[in-house]
Amino acid sequence: MGATASGPVEVPAAAPASPAAPLAVPASRPAAAARLRRHPLVLVGGAILLAVVLASALAPLLTGADPVRPSFGQRLRPPWGLGGSAARPLGADNLGRDILARLLYGGRVSLALATSAVVLATGAGVLAGLLAGWLGGRVDDLVMRIADVQLAFPVIMLAIAIVAVVGTSPIALVGVLALSGWVLHARTVRANVLTIRQLEYVEAAAALGASRVRTVFRHVLPNTLAPILVIASSQFATMVLLESGLSFLGLGVQPPRPSWGGMLAEGRDYLSSAWWLATMPGAAISLVVLGANLLGDGLRDLLDPHLGR
Amino acid sequence: MRRYLLHRLAQSALTLVGMSILVFVILRVLPGDPAKMLLPEGAPESAVQELNRQLGLREPLHVQYVLFVRSVFRGDFGQSFQYRAPALAVVVERLPATIQLTLCAMALTVVGGVAIGIVAAVRRGSRYDYAGTALAVLGQSLPSFWLGIMLILFFGVTLRWLPTSGFQGWTYLILPSVTLAAYPTALVARLTRSSMLEILSREYVRTGRAKGLAERAVILRHVLRNATIPVLTILGLQIGTLLGGAVITESVFAWPGMGKLVVDAIFFRDFPVVQTVLILSATIFVGINLLVDVLYTVIDPRIRYG
Repeated sequence: MGATASGPVEVPAAAPASPAAPLAVPASRPAAAARLRRHPLVLVGGAILLAVVLASALAPLLTGADPVRPSFGQRLRPPWGLGGSAARPLGADNLGRDILARLLYGGRVSLALATSAVVLATGAGVLAGLLAGWLGGRVDDLVMRIADVQLAFPVIMLAIAIVAVVGTSPIALVGVLALSGWVLHARTVRANVLTIRQLEYVEAAAALGASRVRTVFRHVLPNTLAPILVIASSQFATMVLLESGLSFLGLGVQPPRPSWGGMLAEGRDYLSSAWWLATMPGAAISLVVLGANLLGDGLRDLLDPHLGR
Repeated sequence: MRRYLLHRLAQSALTLVGMSILVFVILRVLPGDPAKMLLPEGAPESAVQELNRQLGLREPLHVQYVLFVRSVFRGDFGQSFQYRAPALAVVVERLPATIQLTLCAMALTVVGGVAIGIVAAVRRGSRYDYAGTALAVLGQSLPSFWLGIMLILFFGVTLRWLPTSGFQGWTYLILPSVTLAAYPTALVARLTRSSMLEILSREYVRTGRAKGLAERAVILRHVLRNATIPVLTILGLQIGTLLGGAVITESVFAWPGMGKLVVDAIFFRDFPVVQTVLILSATIFVGINLLVDVLYTVIDPRIRYG
């Protein structure tokens, strides 16, 4: 088994996997602002994400409605402007619960799960990639083969099998989501480390007597940060999709706790009578995913001038 | 060439071994008492004991694993208790519906994704480019289950043009395959675009134009062919996305394939079926990607692994 995986999972031209140029000297403030202006996607995506995060964090301030307690008098009440009232701006669901409140509180769960999963996946993946790239040899072989195995399963199938066995606790969900994400980080970091370890400043650090661990964390890791950041932000999109997909199938966040995927699944039965039940949570998911994707794309253009266009 | 193929074959075999270990760990080690899980709820104690003995669940783990692999090689994936039939037969029966759906989605992905990518690259910076890119970003952001439901709402409930669930003829294929294809199509479109742009800047493209080749010939024969390699890799990998996406799409459209089967199986706690689907889909994925690697050498004669 060669150390370089020419395996089924290598993506030669997929942008995020290719080694990024080492980051330039940190730009001064005005220069950074100018660069941001040239990549408006970062701002747009970031603003969308920030707005959604703030809205769900401040849920109690934005709505007085209870996201869980049914109120049957309000059952299937349409959104404001379409026969509903301003008290329930997005209408009410099949149990008369305020949809806006459920979206905001459900967002807390989805965003928290996705964020934890991205952090865990990034940590594990970066560590695995550093080990594989720096130590090489058997460690490298082992890590890369495990990555191959992981990639052989459709993510969602693996996730539902595991969740079915270990249950749908938040910890299990975060673990399952993270499991789907570490490979890309590991592969990218490994590829970067293989390039960086040949560079002169690494040799210089060693010559100056820096320990191996210090060299890795002070000199190699910081220079792989750009692609890690890019991957992490587009992975946030994937995690939100995966979590809401699991919840949609009934294998994620469990009712009565509101979740976007769960709301969509409930709304499916009312498509012909109350379209807003399924439409609103889907729009929320799409918005977050769009924000994270735009942010990821923008960061890629911003941080790595060699990629993309 | 032959060495390369042998190498890839060995690598694939190793991946399959790893896969079997992972499935074994998930379904036999993670649950405290797998025999209880592999039997219908309320099965008599004697049946639990019997299965324990049969699967060797009292043996040490490595012996259990060997027994597990041996039974898989015999094609014995256990009995589905939801259908009271061998799990493998149950899954294989559902396979054609999934294959039909995935192939249809794959065709849409290849045709739609590559076409959008070519147009966007050739007419770079034009309205078409922006429209294509916007479409691609959107395609990557809409959750398939939501897209599917919105298509049902629009074409099924409001317009009443297309059937929305079940499996009785080709019109039933349209909405599910569009839903399933959206994400990979977007991915392929973006990749084709960037890959084409890269090739378009090469010297030999300028040479081709300079010697008076028709633009169509330059694009189709020289640029597209060279831009195909990364696209092909992604397409191979999309098999996994499609098989996984089928789980959700089939559930949305009540499509009687493997994906819906596995979701239903989980709610019935029909773990023999879950295990079979996992093993089968991973094997398909590994096989197809091996095939893709072999295809490279056909498409691009420069590639000679050795």
